[in-house]
Amino acid sequence: MPPDVIRVLVGKPGLDGHDRGAKVIARALRDAGMEVIYTGIRQTPEMIAEAAFQEDVDVIGLSILSGAHMELFPKIFDALEERGMGVVVVAGGIIPEADRPTLEAMGVRAIFGPGATTSEVAEFIRGAVM
Amino acid sequence: MTAASKGEWRAKTLEPLKKRFGERRERFETGSGLDVDTVYTPEDLDGDSYDEKLGYPGEYPYTRGVQPNMYRGRVWTMRQYSGFASPEESNRRYRYLLEQGQTGLSVAFDLPTQTGYDSDHPLALGEVGRAGVPICSLVDMETLFDGIPLDKVSTSMTINATASILLALYVAVAKKQGVPPAKLDGTIQNDILKEYIARGTYVYPPLPAMRLVTDVFQYCPQHVPRWNTISISGYHMREAGATAVQELAFTFANAIAYVQAAVDSGLDVDSFASRLSFFFVAQSDLLEEVAKFRAARRMWAKIMRERFSASNPKSWMLRFHTQTAGVTLTAQQPDNNVIRTTIQALSAVLGGTQSLHVNSRDEALALPTEDSVQLSLRTQQIIAHESGVTGTVDPLAGSYYVESLTDRLEAAALEYIREIDRMGGAVAALEEGYQTRELHESAFKMQREVEAEERVVVGVNRFRSPTPPIEKLQNIDPEETRRQIDRVQRVRSERDGEAAATALKRLEGAARGDENTVPAILECVEAYATVGEIADVLRSVFGEQRETAGF
Repeated sequence: MPPDVIRVLVGKPGLDGHDRGAKVIARALRDAGMEVIYTGIRQTPEMIAEAAFQEDVDVIGLSILSGAHMELFPKIFDALEERGMGVVVVAGGIIPEADRPTLEAMGVRAIFGPGATTSEVAEFIRGAVM
Repeated sequence: MTAASKGEWRAKTLEPLKKRFGERRERFETGSGLDVDTVYTPEDLDGDSYDEKLGYPGEYPYTRGVQPNMYRGRVWTMRQYSGFASPEESNRRYRYLLEQGQTGLSVAFDLPTQTGYDSDHPLALGEVGRAGVPICSLVDMETLFDGIPLDKVSTSMTINATASILLALYVAVAKKQGVPPAKLDGTIQNDILKEYIARGTYVYPPLPAMRLVTDVFQYCPQHVPRWNTISISGYHMREAGATAVQELAFTFANAIAYVQAAVDSGLDVDSFASRLSFFFVAQSDLLEEVAKFRAARRMWAKIMRERFSASNPKSWMLRFHTQTAGVTLTAQQPDNNVIRTTIQALSAVLGGTQSLHVNSRDEALALPTEDSVQLSLRTQQIIAHESGVTGTVDPLAGSYYVESLTDRLEAAALEYIREIDRMGGAVAALEEGYQTRELHESAFKMQREVEAEERVVVGVNRFRSPTPPIEKLQNIDPEETRRQIDRVQRVRSERDGEAAATALKRLEGAARGDENTVPAILECVEAYATVGEIADVLRSVFGEQRETAGF
């Protein structure tokens, strides 16, 4: 059953400090009527999965610009699986085209690169959850 | 009949035209949102204040430039920021850039190095060699500068929380090359305050981190006298969303905090102030950026002379590095980025920068390839040698618009600084999350403007066309990471373990007391203690900073 209010965790995995995009997305999703929890920077895969579990979110948005996604994302999915969580995971930041197929196979439902709009992200999330 | 004043002209000539044809927009503004009038005239400048506001280049208040003849003597230092994969790969890139005519080095470190973790630390997973070069020990640093004589190049290092460790490593490599530290030229960023506000690579809480900064201010004049001990940076705050006014204001508020901390620790302001340097962005609004650089010089001269009573003219001079704006690069139609960075670089040169990095066309997607870095360097060389803007100093001075913008940016930034003073200074303000919130407000506003198409981004929200993806992107070979991890583990097992442990112990003592930490850190790196181990000692004494709440 679709939730009344969509709950989203916006997470910043790894050591990357670029949080402009994550914060803008978090606020835009909030303005779009979702409940948003922003983790802050420097989160380990475990921390992100645990926060998602505790907050019982419907969606996780991962923002990463450091290039560590290929190593960190599998660990996030492992940690989610350990908790039995089948949430919608989307990603944004600097993610090369060549990495997309692998990430999508891993379970990342959408990847929003530079130039993506916040309304596009909100729309996708709504469609994926409802 | 000529109008007698701007007001009369507006009523008589402009308004009738606007009534008939309208204008493209209701309100025109600069890239940072300052109002822009139809035309600027002498009325927009407050009378005859040439000597007080502008003066001559090389003289107070340095609005026109810090050197009397600027680029007629020598052009700015062309310094492309670079570092990736491994010390070997980065060394190869540096040598290539020097062969291509680059005149200084600029080292990008990976995130583990910046946050004090060795390459084999669990938190370094996936990050080794990605955002820059990994440096764990003296062995890595020697490899990085292999075959590059450190008495012949100047090197800028973007390093903050772990700045004094990397400075010590640089000094140690120089000594091994037989170069006396007194002959070293370069800069460490060492600007920890903007890390809490925008960039995020802090390690320790602000107060002990400020003490590490002050230790460098105190150490360098005696031992590495030509070294720029800090590069106080507006760049990252602007990239995180700041307007030009906020960039100026927050940078100088931080600068004031550093100077005050050093003075409070007993240093004479003129003993360290001439080695303070700055780092600004060059954004796309060309004339606003030129005005910003000019306003920055005048503001700093006044702050140092009037607020801190510095008496050496060198303490009044604002010397700065500039980088074009990463946030303006688009993944769509990436060749457009070459044009954007050219305009931005031109603003830095018209604004009198001392050194410059031009971003590359592929950087919205990955680290730049060798070819695209070469194009960035060629952009600089064309501006320097073909554009003609380097023949005279501060060529836009006297433009009614540029002078008026310079005045307005200065006034608005000073108002912000007064506000931060009222809050108890930059550290107190950032602990409350003030600057971070201000940046986020601006960033969010800009994003809405882009999405509403009030702010045009060519190729993204207007003038779109299908773009084939860039074929060749810079890749990081995972094999390099494995070798890097092997190397740090080998260093730990092969070094004189007791010597390293003793040096680390002595550092702990220095950190707990009030002895300058830099000599103890130098002993550590010379005993092959690693960056992670040294940072761990300081973590154990100072504690660790967590992100300030407030979002």
